[in-house]
Amino acid sequence: MPRQSDSEPPGKAAGTAIAGGPAEELLELQALAARRLRVALWLTGAMLVIYFGFILLVAFAKDFLGRSIADGLSVGILLGVLVILATWIVTWIYVRWANRNYEPALRRLRG
Amino acid sequence: MLYAKIGDPDATAIVFFVLVIVIALGITLWAARRTRSTEQFYAAGHTVTGFQNGLALAGDYMSAASFLGIAGLVALYGFDGLIYSIGFLVGWPIVLLLIAEPLRNLGKYTFADVVAYRLRQSPVRVAAAIGTISVVVFYLIAQMVGAGSLITLMFGLDYWLAVVIVGSVMLALLLLGGMIATTWVQIVKAVLLLGGALVLAIWVLSKFSMNPLNLFQAAADKNGQKVLAPGDKVVTGSWDAISLGLALMFGTAGLPHILMRFYTVPDSRAARSSVNWATLFIGFFYILTFVLGFGAMSLVGQGPITAVEKGGNMAAPLLAQEVGGEPFLGFIAAVAFATILAVVAGLTLSGAAALSHDLWVNVVRHDKASEQEQLRVARIATLVMGGTAIVLGIVLEGQNVAFMVGLAFAIAASANFPALLMALFWRRFTTAGAVASIVTGAVSALVLIYISPTIQEDVIGNDSSLFPLKNPALVSMPLAFVTGIVVSLLRPEPRAVERFIEAERRHHLGIAVPKGAVAPRPAAK
Repeated sequence: MPRQSDSEPPGKAAGTAIAGGPAEELLELQALAARRLRVALWLTGAMLVIYFGFILLVAFAKDFLGRSIADGLSVGILLGVLVILATWIVTWIYVRWANRNYEPALRRLRG
Repeated sequence: MLYAKIGDPDATAIVFFVLVIVIALGITLWAARRTRSTEQFYAAGHTVTGFQNGLALAGDYMSAASFLGIAGLVALYGFDGLIYSIGFLVGWPIVLLLIAEPLRNLGKYTFADVVAYRLRQSPVRVAAAIGTISVVVFYLIAQMVGAGSLITLMFGLDYWLAVVIVGSVMLALLLLGGMIATTWVQIVKAVLLLGGALVLAIWVLSKFSMNPLNLFQAAADKNGQKVLAPGDKVVTGSWDAISLGLALMFGTAGLPHILMRFYTVPDSRAARSSVNWATLFIGFFYILTFVLGFGAMSLVGQGPITAVEKGGNMAAPLLAQEVGGEPFLGFIAAVAFATILAVVAGLTLSGAAALSHDLWVNVVRHDKASEQEQLRVARIATLVMGGTAIVLGIVLEGQNVAFMVGLAFAIAASANFPALLMALFWRRFTTAGAVASIVTGAVSALVLIYISPTIQEDVIGNDSSLFPLKNPALVSMPLAFVTGIVVSLLRPEPRAVERFIEAERRHHLGIAVPKGAVAPRPAAK
């Protein structure tokens, strides 16, 4: 078990061994971590804008959402389906990015 | 009267119902032979594939509230019900982007493993167990009360007997088969639910020349064009809307039973793929709820639906009866039972893991418990959680189910999600910060719910309430973040900062070494 309990503070040596590896590998990992976080935050932001855009319309623009586009189709129902599709698209974009860029970089780092 | 037969089941309903129980127990016996270690009991031995876990996540997540509740809301209120369909889905990208992969890499059985990873174990685990148990208990009450009323309505059993049956099957499943049995029951349930809902939707659409717009228009012709537009049933004020949105979006990423599922897969890549599949399945299901809800509104009609049960929860079963007669009603009723069984099993197991793995093994025994002791304690904790669920389910008969699920999401978004996020991504996060954030999130969510209109006006019957919002997330979630940040900055914890580098390495690379090794060796280049 690599995890330490309260009674056993991690030794300085153990810590360095785990964190260790050549300095350039460490830098590469940190750059990769930053890149993944950036992608994740952008896509999270996109999801927030899409969903809260929809929720704000529900709260403030009820008439607009009730407008009829075709028989049986209101703006609200159309946008609702589009939010579900957007959820799929955001998921798909991330999985594609991760499989094409993140995973290969991880494999390189694992050596 | 065509619909009088609900609560008076014919032979097919009972056959399907018994079949579901037999399948569940069969899976349990099969899994029991494979459950010999704690790793298998809590995490199915990390052998579940991404696709299987995607289905199991869908099975763990799509509760009776999703299937019966949303179909009922749409049937009664039209568009307003769809707001839930959408809200329950948008949390999944957040799980994928921020939580799933690092959780798999850093933890073992519970989300507390991850929060406590580079902090002091005991205080963090105690706090995280409080967060977990609060979410699990409220969620479980909702499911048990829902299960009791559903089975009472469909099979005419006494309410308490229905709760005891669900609780006993669930306990047998967990005690013998652990996570392996739970996973497969969730997979079977997800397939049954998706298949059943799809067949029902196609059956409904076949009456409208396979065009959903014809169906929506028929519903509007019957109940007025307003059913296709937002009303005031689900979202009353604008701040209420935002608060509910926050709880739904970030609550999913803090639900202990969902987080626990990521430990069943072998690595972070499989964790990613499992959320991808789960999002696809769950989104597909919620699109079907559009058809089921409006189908019930137009084919069954609002009057007959509320005549059977005023909350509208029987809309989907009634629709099944309308298009497919008694046999199909029996099938859908059995699917609803399987749905509840799969969700309560997942919930109970995650609560038991918090009690046994976090509190007993790590806090009381300082991670020195033998494998046999861990497994024994895990089973005792399961029995305690399951027993609690049965008792609370019986005592709290008649409670509003939807509000308790909303409460569970709000606590998850306030107590668990902020601490988890900061532990993963913020270098200067400290033990005191984590404890303060979790406790503040849980307590503020609970207190704000208590002084909200939901409790003060709807339950107690007062004229006014101290806090204006029905859902506390808008206040309690930012409060948890701010508390965590301020407390961490006030008293820095150098050791936690030091260990961030190691944690970050594992966050991305995972455990690249065989079990039992102390530290991953730096890769030789």
